[in-house]
Amino acid sequence: MPNKEAYSSQQINVSKLSLIRSERLILSDVNFSVKSGKAIFLRGDNGVGKTSLLMAIAGYLHIGAGEISWRTDNDNEEENSLIDNLHFIAHQTAIKPTLSLKDNLMFWCTLYGGAPEKVIDALKTVGLSHAIDFEAGLLSAGQKKRLSLARLLVANRALWLLDEPTSSLDREGDKLVANLIDNHLERGGIAIIATHLDLNIKNAKTFILTKTNQHGEIA
Amino acid sequence: MTQKIDPLKKMNWFDRIAHPGQFLKWSGYLILPLAILSAILFGVGLWFAFFNSPEDYQMGNTVRIMYIHVPNAWLSQLVYVMMAVSAIGTLVWRHPLADVSMKVAAPLGAAFTTMALFTGMLWGRPTWGTYWEWDGRMTATLILLLMYLGIIALWRSFDDQLRAAKLIAIITLVGVINIPIIKFSVDWWNTLHQPSIVSTEGLSMPASIYTPLLIMTFAFTVLFALLQTNATRTEILRRKADRQLRKSLNKENG
Amino acid sequence: MKAFLSILLRDIKLATSSFGDMLTLVLFFIMIGVIVPIAIGPDKDLLALIAPGVIWIAAFLSSLLALDKMFRQDFDDGSLLAMRHASISFEAIVFAKLIAHWLTSILPLIIATPMLALMLNMNAQILTYTIISLTVGTPALISFGAVGAAITVSLRRGGLIAPVLILPLTLPILIFGVSAIKTGTGVGTQGTALLILGAISLVTVAFTPFASALALKLTQE
Repeated sequence: MPNKEAYSSQQINVSKLSLIRSERLILSDVNFSVKSGKAIFLRGDNGVGKTSLLMAIAGYLHIGAGEISWRTDNDNEEENSLIDNLHFIAHQTAIKPTLSLKDNLMFWCTLYGGAPEKVIDALKTVGLSHAIDFEAGLLSAGQKKRLSLARLLVANRALWLLDEPTSSLDREGDKLVANLIDNHLERGGIAIIATHLDLNIKNAKTFILTKTNQHGEIA
Repeated sequence: MTQKIDPLKKMNWFDRIAHPGQFLKWSGYLILPLAILSAILFGVGLWFAFFNSPEDYQMGNTVRIMYIHVPNAWLSQLVYVMMAVSAIGTLVWRHPLADVSMKVAAPLGAAFTTMALFTGMLWGRPTWGTYWEWDGRMTATLILLLMYLGIIALWRSFDDQLRAAKLIAIITLVGVINIPIIKFSVDWWNTLHQPSIVSTEGLSMPASIYTPLLIMTFAFTVLFALLQTNATRTEILRRKADRQLRKSLNKENG
Repeated sequence: MKAFLSILLRDIKLATSSFGDMLTLVLFFIMIGVIVPIAIGPDKDLLALIAPGVIWIAAFLSSLLALDKMFRQDFDDGSLLAMRHASISFEAIVFAKLIAHWLTSILPLIIATPMLALMLNMNAQILTYTIISLTVGTPALISFGAVGAAITVSLRRGGLIAPVLILPLTLPILIFGVSAIKTGTGVGTQGTALLILGAISLVTVAFTPFASALALKLTQE
């Protein structure tokens, strides 16, 4: 059941971003911006800084130079900050094996300020509705990934940062991820996705990070 | 196109002299003067201490241990304060030189604290009749030594020294806030258990003792400045060498 | 508030689901009460004399043993990363985890204290003072522990270094904790130790969530 709530119109701007981690220049002079309803694929070789870029946007990293800004039509100041408007799905699944699927997701739902009734729907959407009361430790790697993706659905947040969302998923899973993102974009959300796969998403551009010059280019 | 960032552009005077590369340049001129100054001060101070200051009417010649003991006790605390100031530099301004100065100060602080404890024990044996007395000051100094050693151990546990610096800065600052509480609690504990058998409080000093003590304190402080500067230079160079090594490894791989 | 409680409940649920850990901790605590009389001899007067100190040492060692659990799993499985975007501040989350840790690692020890009192020949009044002293002092103990655990969370061998690091800082708690047992709770000079202990606890509990949260944030950089 697709969610129809629309986001207010927003935009994320990354300008002249430079990142230094462990005295190494990871990224320099990265520029792009994404508007509501659009997505960007980050591509590039391993170690080129895709994850670092996502982590910088998610607010984990100290920014060496440049700016990441978040603009929104919403006047409510509380909801205006970037950090309260994003989901970051990392490699690690943040799943507790001794809790049930429902408890796992309910926890994130409450913590992110989502509505509790969305939990069951979210589990259905990611295809885990048959195992709601099972312990999460019984899940396979792919199912765990699906459960962690379900986190995206329990709280409405306009910006999705996805780091290899299709890792350990099967073909059905790839389609699921593409559907989730499409649906999100239709509602006016934004997605930034680091991936090697060609996910079939209409409103997406590709942003290539390269090692030689460490600049990004929009392709 | 690769953009070159000139790190010295847009810096105020403090950032300029505190930039690690610049620091290497100008601090080189400091080493020799500091070494000479500290040698002179030690010469004069020790001469005063051994030949030109009176014996104590109770402690006799052993009072001369004080001229080594007190400067080291002073430095044991001064070095921690310096570490704490550097820790603020690391956390607030993320200054690379603050990282380095914090790191190299820890072993020096531990050394001075060990000296203070050791000379205190040597002094305590003839004066109090025991090497170790659970006196408020000695106990607090021992705890300080344990804090230094813990911090050194922590530095050694991290592979990534840059991340280590920020985390160690936190524990250093928590420590510095805690030191007065520790001091207070140890004094409380001490009076609870043994109503002041020994006390070094309220010693009035004649100038003949005061002068060499002051010179020796100055000498040790200059020695610390010398060692600290030299160790900072070594650490900066070591990190530079590390970076070069990593760079050449990366080139071979890619 | 709901988010705050959800952290608290989740951590309690997780701790009780690994009940073995909790039991091990309590056993360790009690065993110190067994080995001390065996090591120094069954002289009842002597045992009663040293009992306050022994109980605090046991509480110290057991709580240090449990420190590593506080952030380790959440750090390893990425939960701490995801918690950074919660609807409440990260400091509040750390504070909730601190409370949960106290409830699941320290409270069982306090409940087990009468067992220790029995073995160490304590009378009922001293036992009451001991329980009060532990209740007032242990929050400060685990607050310092939280800073140590947060700083060393990325180290594989963090389990040993954190206690060594924070032990010197926690000595005031030991000093005032033990004297609070000896001097009791009376008003005036009698209860001073307990009051100071309470003050240390309040200040550290208020302050350390910020230090721990900062350490965790810097570790994730």
